[in-house]
Amino acid sequence: MMNKRMNKPILNVSGLTIDFGGIRALDHLDFDVQVTEIVALIGPNGAGKTTLFNCLTGIYRPTDGEILLACPKTGQQTRLNGLKPNKITERGMARTFQNIRLFSRMTVLENVMIGRHCRTHSLILGAIFRNRKTREEEQETIHKSYEILEKVGLAGQVNELAGNLSYGAQRRLEIGRALATEPFLLLLDEPAAGMNPQETAVLVALIRQIRDEGHAILLIEHDMKLVMTLSDRVVVMDYGKKIAQGTPDQIRGNRDVIKAYLGEDVG
Amino acid sequence: MDYFIELFLSGLTRGSIYALIALGYTMVYGIIGLINFAHGEIYMIGAFTSFIVATTLSIYGFPLAAIVVVAGVAAAIWSSAYGYTVEQIAYKPLRHAPRLAPLISAIGMSILLQNYVLLAQTSDFLPFPKLIPEFAFMEPVAHVIGSSDLVILITTAMIMLALTLLIKFTRIGKAMRATAQDRTMALLVGINVDRVISATFILGSALAAIGGLLIASHIGQINFAIGFIAGIKAFTAAVLGGIGSIPGAVLGSLVLGLTESFATGYVSSDYEDVFAFSLLVLILIFKPSGLLGKADTKKV
Amino acid sequence: MITAKELTPINKKIICKALKRSLLISLWFVFLTFPIMVIKVNPIERTVSWRWGNIAYVAIGSFVISLLAKAWLVRKERAAAAKTAACPTRASIFHNILQRPGCRYPLAALLLGVALAFPHLFSTYQANIMTTALMYIVLGLGLNIVVGVAGLLDLGYVAFYAIGAYSYALLNLHFHLGFWAALPIGGLLAALFGVLLGFPVLRLRGDYLAIVTLGFGEIIRLILENWNAFSKGPSGISNIPRPGFFGLEMSLDQAMIYMYYLMIGLVLLAIFVVNRLQHSRLGRAWLALREDEIACQAMGIDKTRIKLTAFALGAFWAGLIGVIFAAKTTFVNPASFTFMESAIILAIVVLGGMGSIIGVICGALILILLPEYLRALSEYRMLAFGAILVAMMIFKPEGLIAGVRRTYCFQGRKSTAALQDDE
Ligand SMILES: Nc1ncnc2c1ncn2[C@@H]1O[C@H](COP(=O)(O)OP(=O)(O)OP(=O)(O)O)[C@@H](O)[C@H]1O
Ligand SMILES: [Mg+2]
Repeated sequence: MMNKRMNKPILNVSGLTIDFGGIRALDHLDFDVQVTEIVALIGPNGAGKTTLFNCLTGIYRPTDGEILLACPKTGQQTRLNGLKPNKITERGMARTFQNIRLFSRMTVLENVMIGRHCRTHSLILGAIFRNRKTREEEQETIHKSYEILEKVGLAGQVNELAGNLSYGAQRRLEIGRALATEPFLLLLDEPAAGMNPQETAVLVALIRQIRDEGHAILLIEHDMKLVMTLSDRVVVMDYGKKIAQGTPDQIRGNRDVIKAYLGEDVG
Repeated sequence: MDYFIELFLSGLTRGSIYALIALGYTMVYGIIGLINFAHGEIYMIGAFTSFIVATTLSIYGFPLAAIVVVAGVAAAIWSSAYGYTVEQIAYKPLRHAPRLAPLISAIGMSILLQNYVLLAQTSDFLPFPKLIPEFAFMEPVAHVIGSSDLVILITTAMIMLALTLLIKFTRIGKAMRATAQDRTMALLVGINVDRVISATFILGSALAAIGGLLIASHIGQINFAIGFIAGIKAFTAAVLGGIGSIPGAVLGSLVLGLTESFATGYVSSDYEDVFAFSLLVLILIFKPSGLLGKADTKKV
Repeated sequence: MITAKELTPINKKIICKALKRSLLISLWFVFLTFPIMVIKVNPIERTVSWRWGNIAYVAIGSFVISLLAKAWLVRKERAAAAKTAACPTRASIFHNILQRPGCRYPLAALLLGVALAFPHLFSTYQANIMTTALMYIVLGLGLNIVVGVAGLLDLGYVAFYAIGAYSYALLNLHFHLGFWAALPIGGLLAALFGVLLGFPVLRLRGDYLAIVTLGFGEIIRLILENWNAFSKGPSGISNIPRPGFFGLEMSLDQAMIYMYYLMIGLVLLAIFVVNRLQHSRLGRAWLALREDEIACQAMGIDKTRIKLTAFALGAFWAGLIGVIFAAKTTFVNPASFTFMESAIILAIVVLGGMGSIIGVICGALILILLPEYLRALSEYRMLAFGAILVAMMIFKPEGLIAGVRRTYCFQGRKSTAALQDDE
């Protein structure tokens, strides 16, 4: 493709394939994500976008292909295939879920604090004796979590149960929770689904801010306006295959994409 | 050689009984994904009902044929009624609750039913009337197979056949298969899922009741606690075959019955139950999809 | 409560319908329970007794219960419609009282005072019963870590209890090990078994985990029953010494009272430890695991490790109490460690409130003391435990006293978190 940049990608996927007993949900998919880039992943329902996220984050085991993640700071590259989801999150890639999966009977703050788990260390004895190190670590967890909640606009609801939040707030909390794991690559699965225009506008600003703070973002979204205004690059999928890739402008006019969205009969 | 054949046949008998109970586990699991912990108790209630009915009739001097028929029908009816009631009370309100909830409720039901029978009847072992006579034509082979083994084998074979036909060809059978495959979809195409679930419980309970009647008359005694071990073993068989799969339940039951029979015949009977439990633990750990089940990735 | 004034025509219609429904239900139950409740045969003497009176009990009982259940559900629906909150209300009256520092400490002091004075106020017999209840509190708190907090349904919890009891019995039999040496060993051994069992089984799905732990519990009991050379089989091990107190000679009464104070100490320790665990990094991870396993993993939590620690820590308390049990009864045999024991402990946790320390304490006191003091009820004990498990799941899955999450208050940007223990 013409759009290949020269700097090294932080995520490189090649030949990714997964079968669910006969159904090939992903079919030799290749793409990459660069540092501080916003890449949008679009495609009709059932194209395999969420499945791709599940493969990247270790929830599904791909049948074939390779996933490489490179830390932008150290440049160290790891193969993610076969790693457990928690290990992948530790390596610096975190996600949100299309069908919200918050810890609904925990408070908003605690949800974000869970995200800090993999960056903290205290264990059983620390918990029981609450020594100085544990207390300091706990304070730091609380402070950092609170800062994240301020960023995603939920600082007023820290003690609310996550399950009691409004839909839009829950989506933002999912982003906050993922941010707490200190990722350099953030995967967002339909973050604007079910939001009204105002909420979406706030979300767009939030995503921009997150990017400006140095995170790369891979984003699944059906809201084309959002995709076109926000993303640096768009990858289009259909039936598990990548059918196009390019800047928003290039994608807008692409015949294959129009065909995939509107059906075969459109010339 | 005779000993081997005897063990083989008694293993088959054992296996057929397990199959009758295991089918209930597997069908319910296939449809609502719940381990119906109280199923062993339904089987026990079937055995108890047939015991009560058969003994009462025999005390009042009814002929054996009438006793067998009435006891069998009564056991099936009442077990089904219990199965249906348990589903309505303990599982239906929890269909959308977290996964742990129906399981705990099922365990509660199992304890409740066991103690209900204990309190309403007795904790003693009771002699079960002999419902299957020694047939004269079985005389020459009596050293390897008893009459009641033969009856059990034939009855279960017929029941299996009937069940297969029911599931393959009847409306409710088709609805069951559809619901098992995709509940939401079944709902969308207009299947009354609640009815299908109830029907599954009723059918499974009736099978267990027949199993209860057959084994009780085979062994010759019953007790309020027989459901626990029988339930666990049948569940082991269902998992061994691949839970959710009907042929799997039958296959798993036969395998379990035969292995148990040979193990107790050639090795020792002290650890019979340890053996079944260990088998269960090992299958669940190493091959939770069983012999005929299919492994599935949970959709996220 | 519906007063006469509220009996609008609509309400009347609803009530009529409910009555009709309950009538049908009670008829159904009369049919359902007919063979087992009414007929009782004596196969030896060949007599049949028809207990027709039972029909009336069944009919009235099921009628009343179904009406109450309906009323409860209607009330719950109305409450839910009134305030749209999907989750249960945050704090119960209990917690509101407890959270006020002015109430909290005097109340705790009062309770402790009563607990300490108990053996002197009442007979040793009463203290003995109380000791049993205290043991179940600790068992409940232990299982609460596994089931209530981490959401792992462990049906073989009694196995760890058995391991504790037998480790004291056997270590004493063979090596004359004393109580105080055996106490930590029993706990640690149980925890070790928890880890050993946990390794293979903890990757199983929730319902399979329940069955496997049940199987494991039964295997342990059957081994104890059959392996005579190791465990002396069904007859068990007797003459286990009671705990010593600096070599002091004690009468039976004194030993009982000593045991009681020992248990008070253990309960306090368990409450302290479990409370701290629940409100730590580890405790939060357990809760997250209970709420959503996949999201939990995706947030960077090592699921297996977290589960193992929950399992081991839960088992530890069971082992500890196992040693106490052996010392208290001076005799152990496999019959004390059946599945029903696991079920009782589970009922305590479920009734009290999964994940709630105060809840578990109340649950244990209710379920253990009630049948002791209401002798008439004790026969129906297990029946009631079964019913409690079902009813709680349907009507009040959060338990009598739901666990409450800790709250923090932040002042401006400096966000000084005000820490306080909830329970
Ligand atoms: N665990 C699974 N088992 C079987 N099939 C699966 C599984 N997960 C996904 N699929 C199938 O893979 C295909 C792609 O699904 P996926 O959820 O990835 O689509 P999507 O692009 O995210 O669609 P949407 O825009 O609706 O979210 C679908 O046909 C789906 O049924
Ligand atoms: Mg999707």
